[in-house]
Amino acid sequence: MEDKSHGSAIAPNGSSVRREAGLMTHLDCDVLIVGAGGAGMYAAIAAARAGAGHVLLADKSLVGRGGATVMAQMTVAAALGHECPDDWTAHLEDTLAAGRGLCEESLAACLCHEAPARILEMAEWRVGWARRADGRIAQVSAPGHSRPRCCYVDFLNTGPAVAATLRRQIGHVAAIRRLSNLNVTDIVTADGEAAGEVVGAVALDSATGEAVTIAAKAVIIAAGGLTRIFRRNSASANMGGDGYALALAAGADLVDMEFVQFFPIGHLAPRLVGMDPIMWDPFRYKLGGRLLDGSGREFLADYGSDETSGYTTPRDLATYAIEKEVAAGRGSPHGGVYLSFTHVPKSALDAAFGPVIARLAKNGIDLGQMPVEVAPIAHYHMGGIAVDERMASRVPGLFAAGEAAGGANGANRLSGNAIPEALVFGERAGRSAAAYAATRTLRWERRCAAPALERIGTLAEGRRGDLSAAVLLDELRELMGTEVGAFRTAAGLARAIARLAEMRAGLSTAAIAPGLLFNPTVADWFELRASLIAAEAVAHAALAREESRGAHQREDFPETDPGWARSQYVRMTRDGTLAVGGAR
Amino acid sequence: MTARLARLRIRRGAGNEPPSYEEFAVPFEDGATVLDALIWIRTRCDATLAIRYSCINGNVCKECTIAIDGVVGYACTTRLHADRVVTLDPLPGKTVLCDLVSEMRPPRERLK
Repeated sequence: MEDKSHGSAIAPNGSSVRREAGLMTHLDCDVLIVGAGGAGMYAAIAAARAGAGHVLLADKSLVGRGGATVMAQMTVAAALGHECPDDWTAHLEDTLAAGRGLCEESLAACLCHEAPARILEMAEWRVGWARRADGRIAQVSAPGHSRPRCCYVDFLNTGPAVAATLRRQIGHVAAIRRLSNLNVTDIVTADGEAAGEVVGAVALDSATGEAVTIAAKAVIIAAGGLTRIFRRNSASANMGGDGYALALAAGADLVDMEFVQFFPIGHLAPRLVGMDPIMWDPFRYKLGGRLLDGSGREFLADYGSDETSGYTTPRDLATYAIEKEVAAGRGSPHGGVYLSFTHVPKSALDAAFGPVIARLAKNGIDLGQMPVEVAPIAHYHMGGIAVDERMASRVPGLFAAGEAAGGANGANRLSGNAIPEALVFGERAGRSAAAYAATRTLRWERRCAAPALERIGTLAEGRRGDLSAAVLLDELRELMGTEVGAFRTAAGLARAIARLAEMRAGLSTAAIAPGLLFNPTVADWFELRASLIAAEAVAHAALAREESRGAHQREDFPETDPGWARSQYVRMTRDGTLAVGGAR
Repeated sequence: MTARLARLRIRRGAGNEPPSYEEFAVPFEDGATVLDALIWIRTRCDATLAIRYSCINGNVCKECTIAIDGVVGYACTTRLHADRVVTLDPLPGKTVLCDLVSEMRPPRERLK
């Protein structure tokens, strides 16, 4: 299945430092999976189980260690009914309510109906869900759920345990070939009679500097979301929107791209390591932490929220109040507000969160003595690749799973739904892609991959430029945080769109160091290209939606408009520009 | 008060070259990590510096493992100190690919 040749597409660059470039490898497979987080790994298992003999699981980082799954410390929603009577239809009802009328109901139903089966399968694979003394899986309450429904792995270890379990499982399946540091840069589609159908992909092995062509009967994009394109985020390095850009360029539609979930009290300062920046929510729930402005004054009441009876302020209002305080110059030193637990007795802190308190102490944070600084941070993307219940996009042979797939969560994701989404949609995508692949033959056409290979060749030569892609990525994150953040206006969105278009036009002039062998400037360039496209998709969809709904809040259109209870779709036109459709 | 700096002495070059070191001075803020400084260098000084990281500050991906003053540790959870030079090398015992990046993929996850 492997064919090595000295490809002409990679120009030797004469650099002794990165001389290895010049080899090219070709791989054949039934199903190629782009991204090896929770969704990608589950998809690989399901594809093999459904009969795919050659499954290629590629990750630009390390298989099973990058992406969002490993980052999740908290809970996983599934109507197991272990804690109290529950039913998947009740979970669906809560999911639809959170989605503010925009959930693609068939996808949300798949998610809620199949979450228990996936959670129980993970239990068989010994993920280690926390259990009650009688052996039932422990399920706790979370915001927006009508009953205790969220399971977890002790201690703040849910995501890492899920990832480790799936890593172990894929290691047992002979049909799955894992490839780390393989950066898929382009999905290749056929021309001629079968125009538009997926035939494979082009990738770059960053560790060896090799270009790789991959013939595949089906491709699953499981490359995660785009929260990394915002200045403040809870993302890992690989969440720059690659999957969305790959799908758009291959001809797929994206849906609900304007809906980026901002978590209002993400950790800002002091510098905290080894902990999830969204960790403060349960603290505020249990202990009633107070939000204070830079001078130490409580401010939520100024925005109509009364917290005398506990933590009741909705997330969107908290986000609004914090951003307004900062804009008025009343923020904390790092540009957020204070969250204080100094009024809570030490015994109560220890009783509620003992082990976390200890971990915080290691970070130099004594909650009984000092407040921390918090601010809204980009946490999850509801939008994504538009798919049907088979996880199939409109491009024949192209599937999506996990955060990369859009629609199930509508305008706002219910807490605890991200991990089940990865598992359920991963399983479905793997199964569907294998079924599709079983009806196809490999039809690799090198001609169709030529533009992507030529681009890699050009980048390998390097070029002088005023700005590196790393600098431009930094600018992109600032721009998105400022103009396309939690609160948006037509003027700000228009400014963002104009600058993003300039930056995309300037991609060909970004400085690149020659060579391909672990060349970070080439990796940055591909990330920048993807992030700019993903950012444009968000900004265009946000400008078109002239109302506020769920995670999309417009200062110039503050009301929810019943006429807008519909999704928008983004498509890439032949000249590479993006078009938003489906608006009224 | 003058701005405090942290100094990093970083191994540069490809694996087949004799090691050389380059020193960078980075603005220091309390609590800053080695990875914070490396990302700062990549954005502000030298985008060609090759480093590995994924989860950034979760201590979950293990990808940023390097030698820090000769001791193996995670760049994302190791704190910097003001006004002191810290020497960074790639993970020992592995093939060096470039700068601080070593071949850490399990053999089964490689192309060859």
